[in-house]
This record gives sequence, structure tokens and C-alpha cells, in this order.
Amino acid sequence: MNFANETMMYLTQITDMKKGNDELAGDRITVGLATCGISAGADKTFEKLKQADLGIFLEPVGCAGMCYAEPVVTVKQKGVFSIYGQVTEDKADMLIQAIRNKSVCNELLLGHSLSEIDYYKKQKRLLMENCGKINPLSLNQYVASGGYKGLSNAARKTPEQVIEEVKIAGLRGRGGAGFPTATKWSLIAEKQGKKYLVCNGDEGDPGAFMNRTVMESDPFRLIEGMTIAAYAIGSKDGIIYTRAEYPLAVKTLQTTIDLAKKQTLLGKNILGVKGFDFNIRIKMGAGAFVCGEETALINSIMGNRGNPRFRPPYPAEKGIDGHPTNINNVSTLSFIPIILSMGGLEFTKIGTEKTKGTAVICLAGKIKRPGVVEVPMGTKLREIVFDIGGGPVGNTKFKAIQAGGPSGGCITEKELDTPLDFENITALGAIMGSGGMVVVNDHACMVDVARYFMTFTKGESCGKCTPCREGTTRLFEVLDKITKGLGTRDDLDKARMLALYVKENSLCGLGQGAPNPVLSTLNKFMDEYLAHVDNKECPSHACKNLLKYIILENCVGCGNCTKHCPTGAITGKPKERHVIDQSKCVRCGACYDACAFDAIERK
Amino acid sequence: MADIKDILAKYSGKDDLIPAMQELQKELGFLSEESLEQISKRLKVPLAHISGVATFYSMFKLTPPGKFHISICRGTACHVHDSEQLQKFIEKKLNIKAGEMTKDGKFSLECVNCIGACAKAPAMMINETVYGNLDEKKIEKILNSLK
Repeated sequence: MNFANETMMYLTQITDMKKGNDELAGDRITVGLATCGISAGADKTFEKLKQADLGIFLEPVGCAGMCYAEPVVTVKQKGVFSIYGQVTEDKADMLIQAIRNKSVCNELLLGHSLSEIDYYKKQKRLLMENCGKINPLSLNQYVASGGYKGLSNAARKTPEQVIEEVKIAGLRGRGGAGFPTATKWSLIAEKQGKKYLVCNGDEGDPGAFMNRTVMESDPFRLIEGMTIAAYAIGSKDGIIYTRAEYPLAVKTLQTTIDLAKKQTLLGKNILGVKGFDFNIRIKMGAGAFVCGEETALINSIMGNRGNPRFRPPYPAEKGIDGHPTNINNVSTLSFIPIILSMGGLEFTKIGTEKTKGTAVICLAGKIKRPGVVEVPMGTKLREIVFDIGGGPVGNTKFKAIQAGGPSGGCITEKELDTPLDFENITALGAIMGSGGMVVVNDHACMVDVARYFMTFTKGESCGKCTPCREGTTRLFEVLDKITKGLGTRDDLDKARMLALYVKENSLCGLGQGAPNPVLSTLNKFMDEYLAHVDNKECPSHACKNLLKYIILENCVGCGNCTKHCPTGAITGKPKERHVIDQSKCVRCGACYDACAFDAIERK
Repeated sequence: MADIKDILAKYSGKDDLIPAMQELQKELGFLSEESLEQISKRLKVPLAHISGVATFYSMFKLTPPGKFHISICRGTACHVHDSEQLQKFIEKKLNIKAGEMTKDGKFSLECVNCIGACAKAPAMMINETVYGNLDEKKIEKILNSLK
């Protein structure tokens, strides 16, 4: 294939870059209408602003990552740009009034630019640059923001040169282990015949939602990234495999794929270049975590149960219907247009020696400012949790970050000064995974967290191999016993032995990673385990079976607790100290919350 | 309601099995035995294989869901925000357990592993709408508002 140099010219013919530019530069009101925004009521805010008929161009955008401040509204009026947070339906009137008065609504103002807001001060927006800025369905705005420059540049190179550029950039897959993307591509580029390109958007890790955010907020970047990848490896068939749990992402992607097809940015002779054909279709998962594993994913695409299989052969040799298949994660593919646009060398200026570029991280859990964060690789974890995330909620204390989901581990306070990259996180006994970080405060019990993950993995184990199917269930049973105060020191040894066995002998990544939360908590929070088995106590008061509520001497006998107790466990005469029957108590804490005299102790 | 045959018309081979099942479920609310048999005929895939797929993936329902299907999220972020307690609250309020439906067919409840609304934890989904930052009072209000 020989590509002409006029690809950029062609692009200006098929899109209205000027219109996109005018829309972005002119007076404009935007409302973040990604899933986070809608769940906070942003759709109602949007409707209200529309009804108000303010005479300013109003449109929906995706999510800028400030999930904590949703619904987020931005207003550009007479050259003044303002970002507003928590603009719920009831507060919208206040903002509407300010817009009518051509003034700034200080009560809701977060800042006049992203860099003014604390949350963004240590962030570096590369992949997320368009998120929350452009209308995800507007190709004109995407192109006006530098979109399709990467593909235009790629089209001037040979496929080998495109792979070389990605190699220079040192891009590593953002889906888990950080395998070099260029190496993966080279393996399949050599193969002849029909090849598939699959985007793995099966973001099943609880605690991770960056793929959803990117697919909902900047879908054209993913489409462009896939088109470049397809060119580099020589594939004409693209599939985005994503979760049915993300209905908005699926809808947004389908709309933008159709739009790209209409503008010949997908389909036959892309960018007017003869023989450059590529199509994308969406396949939805049906609720199986294991389908994030590549061989299980391929089975699912082919209409089978999502069971993984032995490798080799690797998907690059034998994938969908036996054809070579290349699988990359959403973030990885979304980085491609950026690299081809800025140049591989420029990309390496961001990040650490071993891991280049930025990391997109989902902050969630007991943290003040949860959301999607993008930082240069090498940023200290402490900066992510405290400077960006604002630290743990209320006056509680930080306990750990649970990083990498059900195959990950925990990172403690004294490890927080570690700079973020694949190797460092692995050395801490956790994994980068897709980049989910759940912050846990001192109210959470680490044994319970480990038990929680085993509930998850035993439910999601596909059942094909015995170590995972049986091992996760037995591990759950041991941990469940410990959280109920029935465990012994022998159980701790048993848990460690079982965990190591499952890790070493399972067939796929799900089973191999499943014991990690157990091993990691055993290594770092042994004191909590010992309190459960030796003293039958849960130091964090999280394990309900180990809680005990006792009525103290200062009880005045008001009887309020008896009214709130759902099981009738509290008895006593009026104006006399009451008693809790421990055999009837279900440890719901209703009496503890109801007592106005601090006469109930929880231990 | 669309006819099963019409829905299946655009699907042909085994590769289409999961999309066909998804669309049928969307139209009919669940996958009846009859609909699975029709898929088998249309796609020329053995019923045993379809049954295997239907029981493997958690989203496929072989019994009808309630008018309002509640999926309470039990992901990590929701777990540390005590979504287990919220699950119990809904169970008590509707007098059903997760996996069941109220007698009047109005509500059904299931636990799901993560709906990706972690920043809004604890969260739930009712049909396709996500509700975040929940507590018992909020859930009560939402459930009462659904008619």
C-alpha cells in the first residue's frame, strides 16, 4: 500500500474543523453527562439549563474525571471560563441566575481552569485531555482538538515504521502486566492472511472504571487508535469487546463508529487511501469477569462459554476462528494516536526509565475526592492519595490502598513514597492491573477485605481447573471462619499454603492472581489476623460477628434502644440499666446509633 | 412485543449466539425455553451448547425479572462503603432475598460484581439507570418513587 501525502487535506474535506473550533472557542455551556454525572443527576441539570433558554450554545460532554464534584457544569461567557461543581437540579437556578446576570456563581465555582483546582495540580492530562472538554459525539470537535492527526501521520509511514514509532515511545500495555505494545504488534504483523484486532474493554476489575470513562468521553480517540493499530499489524477486522454493564459506553461507541463510517474514517479506502480497509464492530460481554483473560475473551467472541485455555498457542498465532488475533486494552489503544501525533521520542520524556507516559488511575473507596486521575509515571503514591485525592474521608486515618483489583494486593502507609510504575508496584506485592486503586481507611478490616475478594473470585472462577475452582472456595471458607472468630493459628498457615498452591497451579490469570489479596494482607497485616484468631477481636470493628455491644453503667433506662432493636434483644425496666442478650443480638448497631447518652459500648 | 423470529432474522451463525441471546433478553425480559429452542433452530447450534452459555454468563436470566430490576453493586469500593448492609436493607424492605422477585412482580433484586460507578459508591442500577452515593434513606425514596 502506498499512501499519499494528502491525508491531512483529505481530513479537512470530510470534516468541518472550523465548526469544531468555533464551537470550542466560542461561548458555551457544557454538562458532564457520563455515567458518573448522570448518577448524580446531571441529566436533570442539563434539562433545566435547556429549559432556561439562555441563548448560549449548550451541549453534553463526557467526564473530566472529577467524579466527586458531579454534576459538573462549565460556562464560557464573554471570554470568562468557569468550572462549577455539584450543580444538582436544585442548585441549577442559582447558576442560571448568575449566567443571566453575566456574572460568576461563586457558591458553586471550582475554578476558572482545571489547573486552578487542587485535584488537577499534580495531574498530567494526555489520554484524558479531551474528556469533559469535547462533545464525545462530535467528530468536528475531535478533529479540531488534534484528532486524526496521528492517523494522518501514520498513513505517511509504512506499517513497520508505525510499529517502530510505538517502540521508540516505549509504550507498555495498560491492561495488566505492562508487556511492550510494539513487540506484541511485531509478532502478529509477520503473519499472513486474515487477522483480528480486538480492543479489550471488558473492564471487570471492581474499582476500575477508566475504560468506561474514556469510551464514554472520547470514543473517537479509541477508534483512531484502533485504526492505526490495524494499519500497523495489517488487520481489516476490529472488535471492541466491552461490558453490557456499560450501556452508555456501548451506545456512544456505536454512534461514533457509524459516524466514522459515514465519513470514510472506517470502512473501505480510509482517508481516501486505496486498499486501507478497516471496520469495527462491538461485542458485549454478558457478565463474566474471567472474559478479561484473552483466551476466555476469544471464546466469548466466538459464542462459547468464557473458559480460558492453555497457552501456547498464543492468540497472535491462533485466536478468533483460528486466525491470528491481537488484543490490546482501551487505554493502550487510546495512547496510540497521541504517540503518532507527538512522536515517540516526545512521549518518552514523560514517565520513568522503565515505564513511559502517564498512568490513568481510578481512585475510589474511602477517599475525599474519588475519580479518574491521570499522572505521569513516577508520581509518588502519596501524592495521588493525599494531594490529588484529598486523603481519606472525614477524620479517619489512611490504612491501605488496594491496588489492581482481585488479582492485586495492598499498599501500606509506609510504602506510600514509592514512585508509580509497573515494577515498583509489583515489588510491593500488588499489581498495576488496569489501574484501580481503592483507598481503605481505619474503619475497614483487612481480613474482611481479603474475605471479600475471595467471595468475588470464587463466584467468578469459571470452574475449568481444580486449583482455582476448589482453591478459591476453600480459601474463602478459611477466611470466613477467621472473620467469624472461629479461626485458629493453624488456619493462618492453611490459608497461606492454599494461597500459594492456587497461585502456582491455576490455569489462567484469574486463578493465579486470586490469592494475592490474601497473601498480601497476611504479609502486611498479620497483627489484624492474629487479633481475630487469638483474641477473637476485630480491631477495626468491621467484622460483625466479633462485635459486641454492651450497655454501660451510665444507662438512664430511657428505653430508646429497645425501640430500635430489631430482634428484641434488649430488656430492662424503665429508669434502670438495660441489658443486651448477646444470643439474640445481630450486631446491627441500631442501639449504638440510637443512644443519646453514650451508654452503649462497641468492642 | 416483537416476534422472536423477526428478532432472530438478522443472526445466522454461532458467532452471533451471545448477541442474539442479548437482544432477545432485552425484548422479552428473559430467555424462555421456547426462545432458546428458536435460537437453536435459527443458528443451528445445539440446545445443550446454548444452555451452557446461558448458565455461564451471569447476565442471562432464565426466569422473568421484576418490572424494576435492582442490581446492587458489590464491587470493592461499594464493599468498603458497606453495600452489604444496603443489600440487607433492600432485602428486608422488599421482603425478598437477592436472586428473587417480589410477589407482585414489581421488584427483583440481584447482587452484581461491579457496575463501574466506583466514585459514586455505594451504587446500584435499576434497569439501566445508575444511582450513586446511596444510603438507606435514599434507597427508600428511590424505591417509593418507582411506580
